[in-house]
Amino acid sequence: MSHAAGDPRLIGAQQAPRKPWRLSWSDPRTRNVVWQVVVIGAVGAVLWYLIGNTNRNLAARHIATGFGFLGRTAGIPIGEQPIPYNSATDTFAKALLEGILNTLKVAVVGIILATIWGTLIGIGRTSRNWLVARLTAIYVETLRDIPVLLQLLFWYTLLQGLPAPRQAMRLGSIFLSNRGIKIPVLVWSGAYSWAVLGGVLGIGLTVVWARWAKRRRDETGSAPPVWPVALGLIIGLPVLIWALLGAPHVVDAPALHGFNFVGGATITPEYAALLLGLSIYTAAYIAEIVRSGIQSVPHGQWEAAGALGLRRGTVLRMVVLPQALRVIIPPMTSQYLNLTKNSSLAVAIGYQDIVSIANTTLNQTGQAIEGIAIIMAVYLVISLSISLFMNWYNARMALVER
Amino acid sequence: MDETPAILLEQVNKWYGSMHVLRDVSLSVAQGERVVVCGPSGSGKSTMIRCINRLEEHQQGRIVVDGTELTDDLRALDAIRREVGMVFQSFNLFPHLTILENCTLAPIQVRKMKRVEAEELAMEYLRRVRIPEQAKKYPGQLSGGQQQRVAIARALCMRPKIMLFDEPTSALDPEMIKEVLDTMVGLAETGMTMVCVTHEMGFARQVANRVVFMDRGEIVESGEPNALFENPQTDRLRLFLSQILRGH
Amino acid sequence: MSIALSSGATPARERPPLGTTGPVGWLRANLFGSWWSTALTLALGYVVVRFLWGFIDWALIRAVWTVPMGPHGPDATICRQMKGAGACWAVIGDKWRFILFGQYPYNEQWRPGICVALFIALYAASANRAFWRRELLYLWLGTLAVIFALMWGGFGPLQFVPDDQWGGLPITLILATFGLVAAFPLAILVALGRRSKELPVVRILCVVYVELIRGVPLISLLFMASVLFPLFMPEGLNPDKLLRAQVAIILFAGAYLAEVVRAGLQALPKGQSEAAEALGLSYWRKTRLIILPQALRLVIPPLVNTFIGFFKDTSLVLIIGIYDLLTAGKVALADPAWTGFAAEVYLVLAAIYFMFCFAMSRYSHGLELRLAAARGR
Repeated sequence: MSHAAGDPRLIGAQQAPRKPWRLSWSDPRTRNVVWQVVVIGAVGAVLWYLIGNTNRNLAARHIATGFGFLGRTAGIPIGEQPIPYNSATDTFAKALLEGILNTLKVAVVGIILATIWGTLIGIGRTSRNWLVARLTAIYVETLRDIPVLLQLLFWYTLLQGLPAPRQAMRLGSIFLSNRGIKIPVLVWSGAYSWAVLGGVLGIGLTVVWARWAKRRRDETGSAPPVWPVALGLIIGLPVLIWALLGAPHVVDAPALHGFNFVGGATITPEYAALLLGLSIYTAAYIAEIVRSGIQSVPHGQWEAAGALGLRRGTVLRMVVLPQALRVIIPPMTSQYLNLTKNSSLAVAIGYQDIVSIANTTLNQTGQAIEGIAIIMAVYLVISLSISLFMNWYNARMALVER
Repeated sequence: MDETPAILLEQVNKWYGSMHVLRDVSLSVAQGERVVVCGPSGSGKSTMIRCINRLEEHQQGRIVVDGTELTDDLRALDAIRREVGMVFQSFNLFPHLTILENCTLAPIQVRKMKRVEAEELAMEYLRRVRIPEQAKKYPGQLSGGQQQRVAIARALCMRPKIMLFDEPTSALDPEMIKEVLDTMVGLAETGMTMVCVTHEMGFARQVANRVVFMDRGEIVESGEPNALFENPQTDRLRLFLSQILRGH
Repeated sequence: MSIALSSGATPARERPPLGTTGPVGWLRANLFGSWWSTALTLALGYVVVRFLWGFIDWALIRAVWTVPMGPHGPDATICRQMKGAGACWAVIGDKWRFILFGQYPYNEQWRPGICVALFIALYAASANRAFWRRELLYLWLGTLAVIFALMWGGFGPLQFVPDDQWGGLPITLILATFGLVAAFPLAILVALGRRSKELPVVRILCVVYVELIRGVPLISLLFMASVLFPLFMPEGLNPDKLLRAQVAIILFAGAYLAEVVRAGLQALPKGQSEAAEALGLSYWRKTRLIILPQALRLVIPPLVNTFIGFFKDTSLVLIIGIYDLLTAGKVALADPAWTGFAAEVYLVLAAIYFMFCFAMSRYSHGLELRLAAARGR
């Protein structure tokens, strides 16, 4: 507290002479030191004992500790490869990297889906429409009371129960079968890279434009339009660049060839089940957070803003959301962390995330300590990053108040 | 003098479920007139005043504000809410905005004012309610009386033609009631049209042109304050007045 | 509502406009308030009716409830013919004992049955606020002892059953309940340690423990239990799988419970601690007699919610091959006679988990309201 320094009552207290430390059991400082030494001693002794046992056991089993195995050829086949990987030549380190990327792939997309879906359900919980309110309440209560692992297994079973490729369900060029979801993709060409660059540029320009528009509104009162310009810059610009570069569009559509598909991109059943299960489950928790956030803003705020002549959208944006978000963000962080940690259940349905690959690694090499250390380190880093980001965001939101 | 009444209620009826909360309420408030509405709790006085800027919807009858009838038409509603300011019992300041931002939000967003102008205007009204020095603070840092004065300034920043007060002093500690009432008296002296739900009889005597007494959803009596208080015509008003006087 | 009657009783002006009260008014206000609300109601109503009808058709009308016995066990041919159109509940009829009790000797399965009943009785007794006394602790310890004695047996007429033959619902209940009971003292110590200002080393140790455990998934702890614990132990001592998993769950639960307890300690007004000190109570007496009884009372609703979480999380032991309810269900499906009827089994498992968790969450919700009301008074 900054104002404490100037408090006259504290100035004297800070300068009070410290009592000499007596080496007596009646001096609390002695007690504190003794207690801490005892605790450190006990923890140290337990660790010493465990480490000693471990060393003896490892020696007896002829296992060398260390991370040297990371450089050896892995030979783990990986179905889901975010970056190209060859099981015959690539190392354990590369295999583990694939696992980390697969974990991130599920966590990031899952967090986005769960947030959107959870927010919709949460808003539905506060709906004045009885049917909407009841159905969303049932959704939340049911899904929260069933283990997420059971839900994952259930979704995975459903996806595996889809027909074989030859009888695949078809929606245009999208095929739904027990081999996963096949979707058409555009063949990448230089024009797309330029268009993406244009999109990034468009986002940057939009930010500049929005700032300028805000300043102009502050100065003159008339606000230049932001949304149409943003739309034009972010979507129009890339499309224009793409069109100017000859509008290349070679579609790589999946097609049935024999017993399986060729071409197109695949969303594997494992990934789809994991993503679906985690998002649907976490959304139930997010819905409750969103609901309590919305309900934490008193009705009087709506009325007061409405009485001032503000439109509903403005009220939501300028008055209600800023207040609700402060209630929403902290518990939201822990849900994001939960989703990320629950993505480790991938191992139960055969999606190769970091846990799954580290587990295979430790089974093949016997490097159990290292394997588990890697799993824990990866999750700790992810958890820490999410908390740091959310703390930063939360601090920014809190600063708006005081 | 403009002859159209500032506010006109004709045979207004409203129900909550099957409870009849407004019964054939008819009331005409002239431009510049100051009307105090009193009555026991649950008499419908808050509901009536909240119908005037459509925080509540009436189900039968007509409400015309400043020549515009209140209907489902959202544009008419926007127009009316721009011209009618409201002060609530529980202040309802926006806790995440500074005092100054509370006052400039609506002028900038609704009146499309320049920020500099809106801030000048806000400071002017904050001076008038005698708290310009609090402009950079947040509502939570102010006392109840100060918050209510900010709420009055915030409403005035929209330069309304009509001000509605819904029990503005009921949530305040006794020592703070006076500072808010003084502000309202000052406002009355500027010739503002005011409709005020309150139990402050001293205030009613001092500023009101007319006092309206409501009970069980209907207007029972109305008249010039001194006449009404000295010489109540109905038992209901007599009972109410005796309760109010015993309370004070 | 009879209009003729009421119009006789009250003049027309006194009645609300038609369609604002009664069932019609309710429908208008709650389902057809605006065109947007009406559209939502109709669309959702259609989806719900379609879905419900489809489910009833599958689960009840066209379902297969029993199958004849063939030479090699049950013959699921009828089920396979109906696959996709009707549910095959025969799999539950054939496998329910296995799903509930796993590989526990068939003739002895009344023992885990009684244990499940004891667990439920224990929960029900604890839910009653009249029993919130010191004796409840002894009741818990006593009941858990009886449960373990019944499960193991090996005395009197009860045949000894090693715990690698236990399975199903009792395992789920044991892992969750025993995890909670054993983690609780740990959690209290850690929560107190984390709040101690005078012992920085202890505080840091507690923070590291809590944040480390909460930062990693339960699975990694379970892997640790199944792979690393044997390495940590001296040679010759090899605790069995179930105990190792239980230790991992206790370590896991301890960290989460510590945070719940810490919230309770924080919610307690500082005056309580100061008043106790002014009375001359030592730290431990103050904590035991004044602080903890109040703080723990405060956190009972979040405690129940945390327990619901553990109850669900015990299903993760599937991954290290321990026979809990979910694993038993999955193993039942491995029977070649019943492959392909996973949806039915999973639905039943979900219903069992749901019943336990829903009862607990309703209870915790009601308790929260009652405690809030008591505080408000």
